Amino acid sequence: MFSFDLLLDAVVLGVLLGCFYAAVSLGLSVAFGLLDVPHVAHPAFLVLASYAVYVLNEHYGIDPLLAGLLITPFLFVLGLAAYRLYYETFEKRGSDAGVRGIAFFFGIAFIIEVLIILQFGVDQRSVTATYIGKAWRIGDMRIPFRLLVAFAVAAGLTILLALYLSKTFMGRAIRAVAQDQEALRLMGANPIRIKQWAFGIATAVLGISGALLIIVAPVDPTLDRAYIGRTFCVVVMAGLGSMTGTLVAAIILGVAESIVLTLFGASWAPAISFAMLLGVLAVRPQGLFGRRS
Amino acid sequence: MKRRGIFFWIGAIVFLVAIALMTKLIGNEYPFFAGYVILQFIVLAVAWSILGGHAGYVNFGTSAFFGMGVYTAVFLFKVAGAPLLVQIAAAAAVGALMGFLLGLLTLRMQGIFFSIATIALTIVIETSITNWRYVGGAAGIQLLRPPVTWPFSGYVQMLFFVQAALVVLAVAISRYIQNSWIGRGLQALRDDELAAECTGVPTLRLKVLACVISGALMCAAGAPAAMYLQYADPSSAFNLNYSVSVLAMSLIGGTAHWAGPIVGAILLGSTQQLLTVTISSEINVLVLGVMLVLFVVAAPEGLIGLLRRIRRKEGKS
Amino acid sequence: MERRTLLGGTIATAVLGLTFGLTSAALAQQPPIKIGMSMAQTGGLAGGGKASQLGIEIWRDDVNAKGGLLGRKVELIVYDDKSSASETPAIYSKLLDVDKVDILFAPYATVPTAPLMPMVKQRGLLLMGNFSFQVNSKVGHDMWFNNAPWGPADSWAASFLELGQKAGGKTVALLSADQEFAQNLAVTARDVAKRMNMPVVFDQAYPPNTVEFSSILRALKAAKPDIVYVASYPPDSAGILRAVNEIGIGDNVKIFGGGMVGLQFGAVMENLGSLLNGVVNYNTWLPEPSMINEGTKAFFEKYTKRAIEAKVDPLGYYLAPFGYASGEMLEQAVKAVGSLDQKALAKYLRENEHKTIVGPISFSADGERKESATLQAQFRGVVDKNIDQFRKPGTQVILFPEKMKSGDLISPFEAARK
Repeated sequence: MFSFDLLLDAVVLGVLLGCFYAAVSLGLSVAFGLLDVPHVAHPAFLVLASYAVYVLNEHYGIDPLLAGLLITPFLFVLGLAAYRLYYETFEKRGSDAGVRGIAFFFGIAFIIEVLIILQFGVDQRSVTATYIGKAWRIGDMRIPFRLLVAFAVAAGLTILLALYLSKTFMGRAIRAVAQDQEALRLMGANPIRIKQWAFGIATAVLGISGALLIIVAPVDPTLDRAYIGRTFCVVVMAGLGSMTGTLVAAIILGVAESIVLTLFGASWAPAISFAMLLGVLAVRPQGLFGRRS
Repeated sequence: MKRRGIFFWIGAIVFLVAIALMTKLIGNEYPFFAGYVILQFIVLAVAWSILGGHAGYVNFGTSAFFGMGVYTAVFLFKVAGAPLLVQIAAAAAVGALMGFLLGLLTLRMQGIFFSIATIALTIVIETSITNWRYVGGAAGIQLLRPPVTWPFSGYVQMLFFVQAALVVLAVAISRYIQNSWIGRGLQALRDDELAAECTGVPTLRLKVLACVISGALMCAAGAPAAMYLQYADPSSAFNLNYSVSVLAMSLIGGTAHWAGPIVGAILLGSTQQLLTVTISSEINVLVLGVMLVLFVVAAPEGLIGLLRRIRRKEGKS
Repeated sequence: MERRTLLGGTIATAVLGLTFGLTSAALAQQPPIKIGMSMAQTGGLAGGGKASQLGIEIWRDDVNAKGGLLGRKVELIVYDDKSSASETPAIYSKLLDVDKVDILFAPYATVPTAPLMPMVKQRGLLLMGNFSFQVNSKVGHDMWFNNAPWGPADSWAASFLELGQKAGGKTVALLSADQEFAQNLAVTARDVAKRMNMPVVFDQAYPPNTVEFSSILRALKAAKPDIVYVASYPPDSAGILRAVNEIGIGDNVKIFGGGMVGLQFGAVMENLGSLLNGVVNYNTWLPEPSMINEGTKAFFEKYTKRAIEAKVDPLGYYLAPFGYASGEMLEQAVKAVGSLDQKALAKYLRENEHKTIVGPISFSADGERKESATLQAQFRGVVDKNIDQFRKPGTQVILFPEKMKSGDLISPFEAARK
């Protein structure tokens, strides 16, 4: 059943799917990759953002992407608050935030999940927009517009974040914090303020990512559980804190998944992607584009 | 040390006798059904803490070990109708092997990377079982358990007693580790792995040993679940809940002392059982979430740590 | 030192506490008839579980308004099984041994029900099943009665494939979720295809939580099947239909659908809107004239009102009326037998035909329906964002079974989509 056409299709769709994975992982790449916060609640925040987008779309007819932008400032503030709480309870007290940090964020994720269920019920929700449900024809190939949106958003976000981190003062400060917190303190900067700012940005990004999540597929309150593995897989495979690395790793994952779905036993797809992650971790623990030697 | 040991074993024997008496005296089966689940969580939490508490390696793959325990039992039961104890022993062997492989992973990974690797491992294993038709695959498999053997009056009572015996075994091992050179070595490696290695602690051997013991116990705790449910399906057996609950129990109890996970498992396990038959709605999940956040924020060393702090204060005044 | 001894004691007390603490006080004269069940309030099955429960609650209120059963009020005791198999044994033991319920209803769906079957068989108890699939085939309990219209195991796939064959289909593609229910459907579909001499040209099981179906449908399209049989779960059903709309499925496909779970729920149908057109899918109850029985209309009037408050499926066609029907069957059996004797109730249920709001029900020896009443219906003329269109006859035309038929198949699939 192997054919070149199919393979080409699988690769193209896989790249687009990978872009989608990148878009939902970029925030985590900042929060976990740069700040070392084990943010297991990242996907829960993502789903929360999706529901906010759903409300704006359903009741006010606002385009989902625009809605995603509209909620961005609120998410930024939420991120500032979340980091403050995390800092006060863990980092301030010193060592071994690791496992308790994870448990803390798991707790937050569960709370968000239940609040969504109480407000919206357990049914899945989706949004409407002109670009949902149509496809772009190139010869025999058809590419859903949804995925093209994912591609554009992922590329845009990656470039923006990469530029922000390398060109602006604050961005450089964030990277400096990630590398050597002490040095920064000695230079008179307050690393906590910088980290808080960075966490705010990591959460703000979720506005547009959440919009994308609900554009690509319907969401339900417990969807976050499915994304914990995926997003961490992308970020770790990329190597912590590299934005372009995140994009590339996500694309590798997307293509691998798509090829397995198309050409081999579809049911093996999750095993393949996570086996890849295991392989990367075993051979290159710092990830493909890791910052640590 | 010696005297403590005697007290411990007396306590253990009293516990097992009490359990055995319960199976004789209580006609109502519900305490056994609910109690079994709590006991199972005690074993899992204690086993988890051997690696997670002493060595500081956070294993997110509890459900992988538990699920493999279930499926080892399912496989042996289907292929040869193996009796319960054989199922458990085989599961422990499988768990030990898995633990060994996991231990090798620690060679290259530390901290959160190790945790993520365990998540990945869980998904790979679950997918493999899902695709294995012989043990039912994704559709699940129904098992009919054999008649119960003397001296038990019912199968659930027997499972309850067996799980209680596993609790004693797990606690004894965990206690032994804490009080021996293994525990001290693990503690040293948890505080500073590099320094420990430099001072001659055989870190790799210790880590692998902890992984093997922890894995064997977790798998063994999962094995009786096949006969308890008389049904197995991958999504229930490899449920993320096992990983999260066990993590929560260990933290709520406190990992600094071997009794911590037991306290945590009893507290959270019975709360969950109680909530299931009282409030019984999404509030269940909310309670778990709130308890997690509250405990890690307010009692960072768990209940055991809280207790110690109170005692220390009393001692001062 | 004593801490260690105490520890053993703590565990024992905690367990004992569960026994004595929870036993309910003895009730006064004329105690209510207690019906116990677990129902998914959280997890993947919660959407269905809650709707099903509402159906049963409406029956309870109706029967109590008429004075109850045997002059006693009916009371429901419901616990959350979290959509998981591992919770139900303890819950049903609580129901039986502590709450002392008189009658057991099964939880919604197969997975939570499966661990109960050996238990009820061993204790010789009546269990009213709730939409599980072939859960009794291995256990062989003769006091099990499933309210779902499935009928014989293979009838589901057979009805769909026969429709396809009549429309000129010769080859089959199977796309199924790699999960319990869908895999059971896929197994029977393979057997039926073989029996009907139709080659299976595509057979894939996609993993749970698959995000994007474009690539897998592209592969399916390349196999050029005539009949596409899909067994999927709610989150995926929407994704698959979207991808079909975008990627296309090929002009040779005569019939598409069959076993897609989710296309029965109002919220999903409303979201998908016109994407549904042309799809032939299974269902259990639809507002076609052939499906209206005595009491049906009154039931849905009550359901529609209460669904808003309960935040459950606004339409409630799929599960709720069958939950109500379980109650009706029990009611008839108790009235005929005149007691709550489990054996006598089971005997009555097995030997008689029962009148319910979903039509007459009679059981074969395995406790499933004698004949399949699983509908295969085609979506027609559906527009976007309108939930009320599904309340009118004609949007889902029944093609099977013959008795309830309300129209003919439009084929090929691409033509039916317009």
